[in-house]
Amino acid sequence: MTKNLAAEIGDTAKLLADDPIWLILIKVVGIFAFLVVMTLFMINWERKVVARMQHRPGPNRVGPNGWLQSLADGLKLAFKEDIRPVLADKWVFFLAPVISCIPAFLAFSVIPLAGKVSMFGQETSLQLVDLPVGVLVVLACSSLGVYGIVLSGWASGSPYPLLGALRSAAQVISYEIAMGLSIVAVIMFTGSMSTGDIVNAQANLLGGVVPGWFGLLLFPSFVIYVVSMVGETNRAPFDLPEAESELVGGFHTEYSSLKFALFFLAEYVNMVTVSALATTLFLGGYHAPWGGEFMNTGWWGLLWFILKTLAFLFLFIWLRGTLPRLRYDQFMKLGWKVLVPTSLVWIMAVAVIRTGAIQQLSTAQRLIALGVVVGLVLLVSFLLPDKKVSDTKGVPLAGSGFPVPPLDLAVPKSAPKRKVKVANIPAEKAAVTTGKEAE
Amino acid sequence: MSVLTFLAQQPEPVQRVVDTVTTGEAVAFWVLGPLALAGALGMLFARNAVHSALWLVVTMLSLGVLYMIQQAPFLGFVQIIVYTGAIMMLFLFVLMMVGRDSSDSVVEVIRGQRLAAALLGIGFAVLMVGSVARALTSVQPKGLAEANTTNGGNVGNIGTKLFTDYLFPFELTSALLIVAALGAMILAFVGRDGKPAKKTQKELVEERFQSGKRVGSIPGPGVFATANSVATPALLPDGSVAEESLFELIEATDKSALSDDVAEVAGTGHQPDPHALKGSES
Repeated sequence: MTKNLAAEIGDTAKLLADDPIWLILIKVVGIFAFLVVMTLFMINWERKVVARMQHRPGPNRVGPNGWLQSLADGLKLAFKEDIRPVLADKWVFFLAPVISCIPAFLAFSVIPLAGKVSMFGQETSLQLVDLPVGVLVVLACSSLGVYGIVLSGWASGSPYPLLGALRSAAQVISYEIAMGLSIVAVIMFTGSMSTGDIVNAQANLLGGVVPGWFGLLLFPSFVIYVVSMVGETNRAPFDLPEAESELVGGFHTEYSSLKFALFFLAEYVNMVTVSALATTLFLGGYHAPWGGEFMNTGWWGLLWFILKTLAFLFLFIWLRGTLPRLRYDQFMKLGWKVLVPTSLVWIMAVAVIRTGAIQQLSTAQRLIALGVVVGLVLLVSFLLPDKKVSDTKGVPLAGSGFPVPPLDLAVPKSAPKRKVKVANIPAEKAAVTTGKEAE
Repeated sequence: MSVLTFLAQQPEPVQRVVDTVTTGEAVAFWVLGPLALAGALGMLFARNAVHSALWLVVTMLSLGVLYMIQQAPFLGFVQIIVYTGAIMMLFLFVLMMVGRDSSDSVVEVIRGQRLAAALLGIGFAVLMVGSVARALTSVQPKGLAEANTTNGGNVGNIGTKLFTDYLFPFELTSALLIVAALGAMILAFVGRDGKPAKKTQKELVEERFQSGKRVGSIPGPGVFATANSVATPALLPDGSVAEESLFELIEATDKSALSDDVAEVAGTGHQPDPHALKGSES
């Protein structure tokens, strides 16, 4: 597998290097259109799926089966009044939605949509650019996208958006660390940061049966990436920066009209981008799950890529329909105390395994290494102190002496029904009464 | 996009002539150079601290793109991720906590601060001029073509350098950062008398129940009442009036002043009249 890999490295970049300018323009427009259409589709799909999960029909009026609802909403948004609060910072308030929108689109330029295709007689790869540091582009774009959120919150000059912005800054920084660490394992296995190379490295079947996707090979990394990708895009259950029950609308409370539409667009484009990156890194990109050479050639790749991306997008919707929002401290605890340490330990393990594979140790040496690792784990687990078992016999009191029902309280089957006595107030006085009159 | 496609081209293995500047490079430089300079000046002269930080972000981004164009894509993107993405974000975080209207005070708090700043500034300028002058005259540029093509390319070579020749400085830096982070945590979490500064949720709950005040929420007007007017008091389940729901202002108002409202709510007052819309005829 390794030898095969080395031959393929840089293939995509070479193929893309002699693209004529008109082909690049077509690709740019194509990616832009793809993302905008995906956004319109996602909003509708999300509303319909969540509606089904809640036993209601969802949008079904505008267009065939309601599929044009988001388009109508988008057009309506454009014609709404654009409000700028008096206390807002004029320029930053205007810039923030733009800043959040541009990196979202930019990040998609390194995603390989399909392999080698022929477009108007020109051999090319369905990907805008293949940088030697492609994965970093997505990380850089997501770290720039936060500026939009943070600045919008600050520039609005109102407390709720500011709180949302502060939450978002802390959230994205901490989840970006977990995300970056989960990608490291993939990079170590591929030996390259280029997205094209990463997809090519997953082309072969393991033992002729299982697809050689990093999602299976590096399962812990995959799980960590999926969790942190939800955190990174501010989606439920991690949608704390726009928690509507706590912060009204969060960072975009003061925004209206097209500026609000830009935030909305950026959120959904970001979702598509992280899903596409997950497909590229962990689910073999545009390669067919099974099947022969034919299924992997030309434009077929686009089909597999879109299907895999849609699976991740469905996961986003599913999570939103299922899980309640996390409390902020729980959320931070998950990021810093679970995801980051797990990633670090897993990267160590991957590094050891890779070194073993590269240096071609004998079976005896591998077994000894395994034994040492197991011994260390056992030693550490013995050294860890036991968890204190809390005393379960006593009834816990909320305050000192405050009455709390016992834990084994049996609820009576049916409470006797009692009629509530209603005050006898004359009809003409019913509207306004003082306390004394009622007595 | 032309920048990205330019980046995508792999450098040729053949050693390029390092003295020539391609058209793309020149265009990029003359766009990014003034931008970086404008960002630096804007950072100095902006009145608002957040605007200052934003100007600095412009400078950092321009520098990042300049690195990318000069065959150091990894350095360029890491500059964007680490400096603009993490460090400037933390700056902004702190600035926002401080509040948007607080501007710098011009009163000198530390004695001799300006003198020291001026001296250090002049010293730094001398250093800069010296190093730039040396770079322009006596240093022979080597180019990155070799480093970018052999031995695992750009990223691989940086990694090798970092974990062999520069391992000790690298580890020292990380130790310094960890110490700083720990120090900040200790300062933030412990109060002056050595006890934790914040009460836990459990302590807060117990305090609230022991205070003897009402723990639940106060009933709103109109709860179990016959109308939903603000002036209607809430009734307890046995029909008596819940004193806590009474609105002080209305209670203090003379009842005759409210007679119109009473009549309107009770439905005995002025009725809506369709002719009223016609104006003088009604």
